Amino acid sequence: MSHDAATKKYAQNAASAIKDEILQKALNKIQSGLGKATALSYQNLDEGPDLRLAAHDIREKTINNLDVVLTRLAAKIRENGGRVYFARTGEQAVEYCLKIARQHHVKQVVKGKSMVTEEIRLNPAFEARGIEVNETDLGEYIIQLAGEKPSHIIAPAAHKTRQQVGRLFERKLGVPYTEDPPELTRIARKALREKFLTADMGISGCNLACAQTGHITVVSNEGNIRMATTLPKVHVAIMGMERVVPNLEDHDILFRLLSRGAAAQKLGGCVSYIGGPAGPEFPDGPEEFHLVILDNGRSRILADPKFREILCCIRCSACLNVCPVYGKIGGHAYDATYCGPIGAVLTPLMEGMNQAKDLCLGESLCGACQQACSVNIDLPRMLLELRYRLAYGDDQWETQPVSVAEKTIHQAWAFLAGHPALYRAFLRTFALGQKIFPTSRGMITKMPGPGAGWTRSRDIQPLSQTPFRKRFKKLNAKKAHG
Amino acid sequence: MTHATLFIQCIVDGMYPEVGEAMVSLFQRLGITMDYPENQTCCGQPSFNAGYRKEAAKAAKHYIETFEDSETIVCPSGSCVSMVRHHYPELFENEPAWKARAIAVGKRTFELTEYLVDVLHIENTGAYYDGTITYHDSCHLKRYLGVAAQPRTLISQVRGATFVEMKGCDTCCGFGGAFSTKYPDISTAMVREKVKNILDSGADAVVGCDMGCLMNIKGYLTRNTLNVRVMHIAQLLAGKKAGAV
Ligand code: SF4
Repeated sequence: MSHDAATKKYAQNAASAIKDEILQKALNKIQSGLGKATALSYQNLDEGPDLRLAAHDIREKTINNLDVVLTRLAAKIRENGGRVYFARTGEQAVEYCLKIARQHHVKQVVKGKSMVTEEIRLNPAFEARGIEVNETDLGEYIIQLAGEKPSHIIAPAAHKTRQQVGRLFERKLGVPYTEDPPELTRIARKALREKFLTADMGISGCNLACAQTGHITVVSNEGNIRMATTLPKVHVAIMGMERVVPNLEDHDILFRLLSRGAAAQKLGGCVSYIGGPAGPEFPDGPEEFHLVILDNGRSRILADPKFREILCCIRCSACLNVCPVYGKIGGHAYDATYCGPIGAVLTPLMEGMNQAKDLCLGESLCGACQQACSVNIDLPRMLLELRYRLAYGDDQWETQPVSVAEKTIHQAWAFLAGHPALYRAFLRTFALGQKIFPTSRGMITKMPGPGAGWTRSRDIQPLSQTPFRKRFKKLNAKKAHG
Repeated sequence: MTHATLFIQCIVDGMYPEVGEAMVSLFQRLGITMDYPENQTCCGQPSFNAGYRKEAAKAAKHYIETFEDSETIVCPSGSCVSMVRHHYPELFENEPAWKARAIAVGKRTFELTEYLVDVLHIENTGAYYDGTITYHDSCHLKRYLGVAAQPRTLISQVRGATFVEMKGCDTCCGFGGAFSTKYPDISTAMVREKVKNILDSGADAVVGCDMGCLMNIKGYLTRNTLNVRVMHIAQLLAGKKAGAV
């Protein structure tokens, strides 16, 4: 897709999302409910809300020593009887999973909710080889049945009403229509139970991995991940290479913040610490446990000191729940695996700055995301940094300057800003020239060029014929004399 | 004697000079003397936000040269002050001499309500307003300068006025500089919600500390012929018994 086409698509996606009343209601509900509750839950931390800042330091330190921490994690997992695979690309990760599936003659997979498997497009690859993949998180299950993509990192079906889900189940599962949430859950549960019992492979993501113990932690509120990771004989967990903590102490802090950021909970409903396959000492669990540690562009981010901070993210999704842009356009408009503020920074870094430029340009820089972030990531700083790279181009990132015309305008403005006499003359000329624009009750109602976007829905104040600079002397003298 | 150097950002200078005037009459009432360096232009924020840092740095150097001899600089905009205080030093990462000058001038640049409450410890400005007011928190003022209590303190002391909080008082109004013209649908959806919250609050006037946001809010109000008064806090605080401003 050309870059202009991408911009057009983003704008169109956004516009239709804004018109979608059901979506608007759902977004409003998430933000006024979860967004507020999360802010409150930080206040109620034993250590106080500043724990977020301490957590940021922990994350930063880990990311700065990622090679060492990951080596330790891998060694420990192997020591516990698990297998570890470092995948440089998404394709490699998928290939590895397929290889294991082949070895075990897998016909059916059950999955725990995982954004990283969305990132590497695991499901279509499995399905293309005739392997049935079943999402087991209720929201993911709904999305899968509907043939859609998640619209929220934690609540993938946030955009669907229970009526829509009722009709979907009726159509796809052949059950009588109901819109009663407990009944809908019961239907899904029954359908999924059968899948759990027959699946021969479980695939999950990883919320946090701990290098000290060699375990991974997965959380769900439905208990489905626990079943998906223990019932089938093989379990493969896939983690982005940044999702590691060095020790249990750090794990505790981050895990508590993750639960609050994600769902304003003290702790997720069902938490599993998975420490490898079943053994004589611990008979529960799969026969084989694999951990895939995925790079897929993360090393490149790590190598750029200005963007490294984004690897501190623990994907809690708290930033989505407060972002006023996400709150209007929803997750699908971003047309990327990761949406909301985290997606606005991460997607251009993973998929190309030019290609995904609208995600970082189409934000108002209000700063609500950083305040909500469970680990206090300075997302606005990185949005600005992306814009900087886009403005001038960046060889390291294969980024082209985004607009010559725009650059020229800023150069001209900078020239004026440094030459006060010319600056004043320019404003004076503009104040006279603006008379050609139509007005109503003293406000300009229609502007051409870049101003057209504004005047489509808003009036604009014309420039005054007597700017403040011309008024000050007289005003200031008034008082002095009397 | 208390003295302030005025930095009147471009949109107040050009579009809303009455806000600057209100600030002058407020300062006169409070016994603050003023000067206004004629050479001031734009702080460079539009270029910085769009990514054009070399251009923003030129504007920044001009600002520094214009204001570095002033002891206390006061500006009726949180986002311009945030630009000077927080982003100027970033612009000069490779120019240590300029960076030091930027930091020094940034420390002496204050937003209006921050200056009144934190620096001068003034809470009651002797203002009068007959009506119900709600307050919009501008993003950069609240989140980057940490200024949210100061304007409320000042408003609460205005005689005759009733203050009501609106829902989502600190949710972005959708201005965001070039964002508002580049992504008009999103920006409009945001200001629509802001205006709804203003109307729902029952206030007859919305007060803010940044004309960027207020220009957006007002533009939407007038387009839809909605009758809510939009006031910069300087205008409210300058108001006297006969009515505001
Ligand atoms: S950026 Fe922060 S708030 Fe957003 S998903 Fe990541 S950790 Fe959570």
